[in-house]
Amino acid sequence: MPARFEYEFDTPVYKGSTSFETGLFIGGDFVDGSDLGTIECHPTGKYLATGKVFTSVSEGTAKDVDIAVQVAQKAYETSWGLNVPGLERANILWKLAQLMEANAQELAALESLDNGKTFGWASGTDYYAGWADKVTGQTLETDERMLAYTRHEPIGVVGQIIPFMMFVWKIAPALATGNTVVLKPSEFTPLSALRMCALINEAGVPPGVVNVVPGYGDTVGAAISAHPKIEKVAFTGSTLVGRKIMEAAAKSNLKKITLELGGKSPNVIFDDADLDQAVKWATHGLFWNHGQACCAGSRIFVQAGIYDAFLAKFTEKAREIRIGDPFSANVDQGPQISQIQYDRIMGYIESGRRDGAKVHLGGGRVGGEGFFVEPTIFVDAKPEMKIVQEEIFGPVGVVVKFENEEDVIRQANDTFYGLAAAVFSKDISRAITVAHKLKAGTVWVNCYNTFHPAVPFGGFKQSGIGRELGQYALDNYTNVKAVQVNIGTRL
Amino acid sequence: MAQTAVVNVPKLNKTINVPTGLFINNEFVPSVDSQERIDAVNPATEEVICSIIAGSEKDIDVAVAAARHAFKTTWGKNITGWERSRLLNKLADLIERDAQELAELEALNNGKPIKIARDFDIGDSIQCLRYYAGWADKIAGQTLECDNTKKLAFTRHDPIGVCGQIIPWNYPINMWSWKVAPALAVGCTIVMKPSELTPLTALKLSELVVEAGFPPGVVNTVPSLGSVGGAALAAHPDVDKVAFTGSTVTGRKIMEAAAKSNLKKVSLELGGKSPHLVFESADLEQAASWAALGICYNTGQDCTAGSRVYVQDTVYDKFLAVLVDKVKALNVGDGLDDATGAGPVVSKGQYDRVWGYIESGKAEGARVLVGGEKRNSKGYYVDPTIFTNISADMKIVKEEASIFGPVLSVGKFKTEEEAVILANDTSYGLGAGLHSNDANQCMRVSSALEAGTVWVNQYNLLCNNVPFGGKKQSGIGRELGSYALEEYTSVKAIHWNFGEKLEWPL
Repeated sequence: MPARFEYEFDTPVYKGSTSFETGLFIGGDFVDGSDLGTIECHPTGKYLATGKVFTSVSEGTAKDVDIAVQVAQKAYETSWGLNVPGLERANILWKLAQLMEANAQELAALESLDNGKTFGWASGTDYYAGWADKVTGQTLETDERMLAYTRHEPIGVVGQIIPFMMFVWKIAPALATGNTVVLKPSEFTPLSALRMCALINEAGVPPGVVNVVPGYGDTVGAAISAHPKIEKVAFTGSTLVGRKIMEAAAKSNLKKITLELGGKSPNVIFDDADLDQAVKWATHGLFWNHGQACCAGSRIFVQAGIYDAFLAKFTEKAREIRIGDPFSANVDQGPQISQIQYDRIMGYIESGRRDGAKVHLGGGRVGGEGFFVEPTIFVDAKPEMKIVQEEIFGPVGVVVKFENEEDVIRQANDTFYGLAAAVFSKDISRAITVAHKLKAGTVWVNCYNTFHPAVPFGGFKQSGIGRELGQYALDNYTNVKAVQVNIGTRL
Repeated sequence: MAQTAVVNVPKLNKTINVPTGLFINNEFVPSVDSQERIDAVNPATEEVICSIIAGSEKDIDVAVAAARHAFKTTWGKNITGWERSRLLNKLADLIERDAQELAELEALNNGKPIKIARDFDIGDSIQCLRYYAGWADKIAGQTLECDNTKKLAFTRHDPIGVCGQIIPWNYPINMWSWKVAPALAVGCTIVMKPSELTPLTALKLSELVVEAGFPPGVVNTVPSLGSVGGAALAAHPDVDKVAFTGSTVTGRKIMEAAAKSNLKKVSLELGGKSPHLVFESADLEQAASWAALGICYNTGQDCTAGSRVYVQDTVYDKFLAVLVDKVKALNVGDGLDDATGAGPVVSKGQYDRVWGYIESGKAEGARVLVGGEKRNSKGYYVDPTIFTNISADMKIVKEEASIFGPVLSVGKFKTEEEAVILANDTSYGLGAGLHSNDANQCMRVSSALEAGTVWVNQYNLLCNNVPFGGKKQSGIGRELGSYALEEYTSVKAIHWNFGEKLEWPL
């Protein structure tokens, strides 16, 4: 029997109780992993006993993935897929969106417990509910003796491997288009995903349409990527793991892939930027979510004319960041997600120092326990340094001085990543010209890290394949079939 | 100063409260300058249900001003698509909550059976609102490549502005939802003129507009006579677009008024004289069922009513026998009765009109196979009537105006070519149906029929995501589907130069 997680939140930002089963969610039920293993959950908040285990969830194995795929396949053939009109899928997703909203506080609290992320929640389920009955193909004029049209059919069973908090970005477009899902949440943050499962049942999603298998990357993740009956896998995570998934897809059944990977996104600030605004957005761009954002603006290029003024104000803003327990009031930045991540980040800081860059702010741990890292700013860094080339995924950035437009565009694009970028300038013509030259899937002009469910998001180059959000996401989950009906040609 | 009528629903032993004022800026108000009232009549009993205030030309002015103000301040581009989506979904929720009561009011005023009003009219209306709620945050323009080194060109799909919506009496709630949902989804504001025959549910729905949380002035409801309120909207200099569903005769007047005033955009959904073609390979029992539906549904008061059926001569007698049985099986009666399948026609005016056609058919020598006799009781009842032995010069066949009642004429054809010619021989082009098991024939004929909607082996059933509208004189523009959004958007193209310096003189 899978365990049950029951917890009473009594914190300054949230008071409430939660109670849900922590098994694998397959076929609408919570079940034990086939090996009866469990994964421990370590809270990241200082409010609780830090580092200590406070609950565990069932651990899935490759065998459980098999079972989930079978269940998902059956559901696709009988109670989902093309057996259910888009209208019905729309109504179910809309119900789910309403349930998520009703339980938003609780879900955010669970996310914070797992993730250390300060309170906030993003939806988009209602946006995709609206697409469910609008997946259209085309009729194409060829000649009057032929009726040619396309259908945008669901793919079937899709595998989804997500990091923390991405649940809705992944399942909503997949369900809207009629696919069934086998999803592996991050082994570090499974709780909110499992809590969602009860809501999924309540919304009327037929059993087996969404299946959640917590587990490790090299077991469950690998099994999903290589599964012969999964025809599409969507992954968000590191570029390193993204390669493995693509390789496994190629070696197994050439399943379709979308990858949303890392980034080392440049934030380009010209002399004529609104300085105060640039400072605020740059702070948000780098330090939001404790720097754990694939699109973090971690290389900040500042034109020589305002470099000193910018650095001074930016440093001041970074100093104002309040670090602490995500459940305390008035906290901007919580802990990093895990020991591994914490060690990684500290390793990069160390390498920056070793390579000769200067720590302008921060560079150390906050407090004696918990994975709290000081907001850290490096200056005097050289392009070939690791802290400039590699994704750190923490509250650590480099500020680089540049002279002119041509120079900064070259430097900004000098990366194998291409997820996002930003340009700050009051000269809109220049801002747009530069924006068009930056090789990134999202370019923010005079802002950073703003998202909207209607606007697509994804990477150029090694930051990914495919786009999420917007209507574009639907293409990831549909198979185009062209039907050519001969009316009048006789051989 | 809201007046409420307490409407008695005799057969159900209950009352329904109906606001009787004009709905402007989220309030029910009296007319600014008129004492006129409109009596809402129950067509099953011929009795007055209640009376409501009749709007005047000046009231339309006030409503348009309210809609304009809302468009400039709390609606239009001042509100995100997502928020419009939420409000539309909320409205759908409220209609769902009150479906039973709304159905009873609809049955009382229009005559249709309660369960059809609730499960079909209102059910479809709820889904229509939800469908367009889903579009509200997805209105997208395009970016267009002109010259990458010099210019950013893109389009924006702006809401048109203030829309005058004029709806008919045959599906009051359903037509209300078709005219409300896409307009609001895109960001337009509305002055709605419901039919003077069936204004009650539009007023009741206005209460839900307030409860859902729409800002004042976004939806305004001004019941009035067509020649007063409808004409005023069509000619109003500050209305950006008029959408009308009704007769072709009135449609022309509206288009003329639009042309003469401010060239406002016009969409029209007008009459039809829609044909069924029954080919010899058809499943005759099914074809007869669909044909019966086509002429009996809503007591024939449907713009796509399949009022002409042409049957291939080889199966004519057999088909006709089945059709007669199907039509006779319909129970026409009071909409408040559970057993009723179809109600009376909506008014005395319609009753006289339809009977006029039936009498002329009989007088000109057409053969009556079913019906054709008036009842001796109260209520504007027209029992389904089938004519055969028709000829092209008979009024019931030749005259362009739709009969708009359950009156069917059945003719014969020999070949597919002949069938298509007969079907297309009309200045209308709203709907058409064909029944055949020959797939290639289905393809050829559906391609050849000049109608905005062609049903193959079916009739009358619509989906909210499939467009609907007329070819030829059956209308201009399309409702439903994504196509309806175009009727309420105005495309702006922006050419943003960032790289070109002009040499002058050239």
